[in-house]
Amino acid sequence: MVQEILDVLGTTFWMVIGIIGIFCLYLAVSGLCYFVHNLYNRGRDKAKGYSSLKTVTFGDESSVVATRAASIAAVITLFLFWGIATGSKILPIGLPGPFVGDTSFEYTATNAAGDTADATVFVRIHEADNKDAPTPEVSGDGGLSFAKSDVILLPERRTKIIKVQNNDEGGKEEGYKITAVNGQAISPNQTVPFSDGEVFMTSKGSLSVRPATGVTMEALYLPPPELVWKRFGNLWNNGYLGVGLWENVFWSLIRVVIGFALGCLFGIPLGFAMGLNSWLRGWFEPIVEFMRPVPPLALIPLIIIWFGIGEQGKISLLFLAALWIMTIAARSGVSGVSIAKIHAAYSLGATKRQILSNVILPNSLPEIFTGARVAMGVCWGTVVAAELVAAEKGAGKMIIAASKFQLTDIVIIGIIIIGIIGYGIDVMMRIAENKLVPWKGRG
Amino acid sequence: MSGLIIDDVSMTFELPNGGKVEALKNINMDIKEGELLSVLGPSGCGKSTLLNILAGFLAPTDGVMTLSGELITSPSPQRGMVFQHGALFEWMNVSKNIGFGPSMKGTPQAEIDAKVEELLDIVGLQEFGQKMIYEMSGGMQQRVALARCLANEPDVILMDEPLGALDALTREKMQSLVLDIWKKTGKTIILITHSVEEALLLGERLLVMAPRPGRVLKEYRLPFAEMGVGADLREVKQHKDFGPTRDEILNMIWDMEEEIMGRAEES
Repeated sequence: MVQEILDVLGTTFWMVIGIIGIFCLYLAVSGLCYFVHNLYNRGRDKAKGYSSLKTVTFGDESSVVATRAASIAAVITLFLFWGIATGSKILPIGLPGPFVGDTSFEYTATNAAGDTADATVFVRIHEADNKDAPTPEVSGDGGLSFAKSDVILLPERRTKIIKVQNNDEGGKEEGYKITAVNGQAISPNQTVPFSDGEVFMTSKGSLSVRPATGVTMEALYLPPPELVWKRFGNLWNNGYLGVGLWENVFWSLIRVVIGFALGCLFGIPLGFAMGLNSWLRGWFEPIVEFMRPVPPLALIPLIIIWFGIGEQGKISLLFLAALWIMTIAARSGVSGVSIAKIHAAYSLGATKRQILSNVILPNSLPEIFTGARVAMGVCWGTVVAAELVAAEKGAGKMIIAASKFQLTDIVIIGIIIIGIIGYGIDVMMRIAENKLVPWKGRG
Repeated sequence: MSGLIIDDVSMTFELPNGGKVEALKNINMDIKEGELLSVLGPSGCGKSTLLNILAGFLAPTDGVMTLSGELITSPSPQRGMVFQHGALFEWMNVSKNIGFGPSMKGTPQAEIDAKVEELLDIVGLQEFGQKMIYEMSGGMQQRVALARCLANEPDVILMDEPLGALDALTREKMQSLVLDIWKKTGKTIILITHSVEEALLLGERLLVMAPRPGRVLKEYRLPFAEMGVGADLREVKQHKDFGPTRDEILNMIWDMEEEIMGRAEES
């Protein structure tokens, strides 16, 4: 137990180091861009408007406006980092990538009789996605000596054990052993570098060829942008596993819309009832207050047990995710009606029903909209998570299926699309809010 | 029988700790139709409670009130109310706010429109019918609140410190407007205020209330409201009786405040 906690703390420590490193690098680039930006702007940026005359800006939130140039540079920097880290071919410069091409090294062997001979190992390293690379030909074999030259073919970044003794005369006899690589002595568990990588001798005396990997990331972990873009085109045209890209997105959205609509349909009247009637507030309060902090994701197992993995389960989950949020939003909307407005409406001769529809409902709309924005965000997150667990179609289903086949590019495309749609939903809710409840915050 | 009669009204609140607060004790008043009555008093003297009872938002613990012989038990469009902060409906534009009362009654739209036009004219907002409430200044909002109240043609208008939140200049204009409306419409107006000058200017009759228990301490009959109609209120304030009356009332309120402070220190 103590050991486990210490392990966690140790991991955390290294994570902190890593996070600091990444941040410092990113901020360094930011600082550089800032410097360049200021150089460019010197003399151009004439003071304009009221804000530019303010002498107190530090601490005055209203005078802090996002610099557009910084945002653009930041996004470009992210893509640059991505490209550099993955050795993207669209960038003119980049970190050294893994070795690809033909290379060779020599080894020296001693046979049972005590003779010594040299032979060459020809190594051809092909790109990971080029499966039809031809095996290299042996040029100038070991000649008449007992040691014969070898050839190996392997994909980039991969390691291969080669038993050079197999084709050597007397290579399987007792007393045969490899003594040097490229003239450097080698013994089991030792490593000798050659021009494009290194050779390791296993404990049993075989050679393991390790071509240079460079410092870029492997496409398995993070594919370069151009590969992701290519895959995007492919996904757009052909879909994945027989389901179109937009079909997946559409199914996720339709679940969210139905679940959210159901949540509003029941949550808003429930919230109103709780805001207008003491008995109903008492009746529903325990369950609402209990269910509200339960994360919808925690309900997935139960929902699967009850409804299976079909649409009903997912829509029920989203309904539950939206329901409590909308209930509480509607309830606080009702509670937020100032008593003076209610009194005014009664004094003007309105009936209870008229007050509900003409005063309480419009007055609670801003709160309901705030709740709807939160609920939409939660629903979108929940639907993706629910699809990760079980679904036929959907954005979450697409990325979990792709991850099982290590198609990291599809996973990344999925994440980007999910992010963009989540952002799009929020922007649309904000636009709707400005159109429908322009009096929000100005009462 | 057409006036507003307050007959021995008392209001006692029970506190959670078992104590009792006598917000009003044995209030008696007879307010004639068309009278302009201002009520003045320090905080806690029960003047707002009295207004809420008159509006029908609160039921008194004792006593009855009648308007034109009818018992007051609940809010009614007969008794319009103007609140300190307008209490306007910000999701409606100015015209909709003003027409709220008639439209709740189901008055035909054409009739409402004509009424709203007329009222916009009276309160000096001819051009502002289509504006939203949040686009208007505090003074304009109070004009809308006045117009909204008048649209229902109430017998009595109850005003709960309607000008309390306005700046001095706007306030002066609004005081003239209240006098104009009173004269033009002949409505009974009961106005609660913190300001002694306002109470003097906007009261044919002025009641000074005292706290603990809330009661009427003194009653004045004043000529200033009548003088102020259509006149410059600053000139009215120059009248020889205005200053002395103001000082007398101010002293009275000072004494009350000191008594309250003294009692607070004792306990």
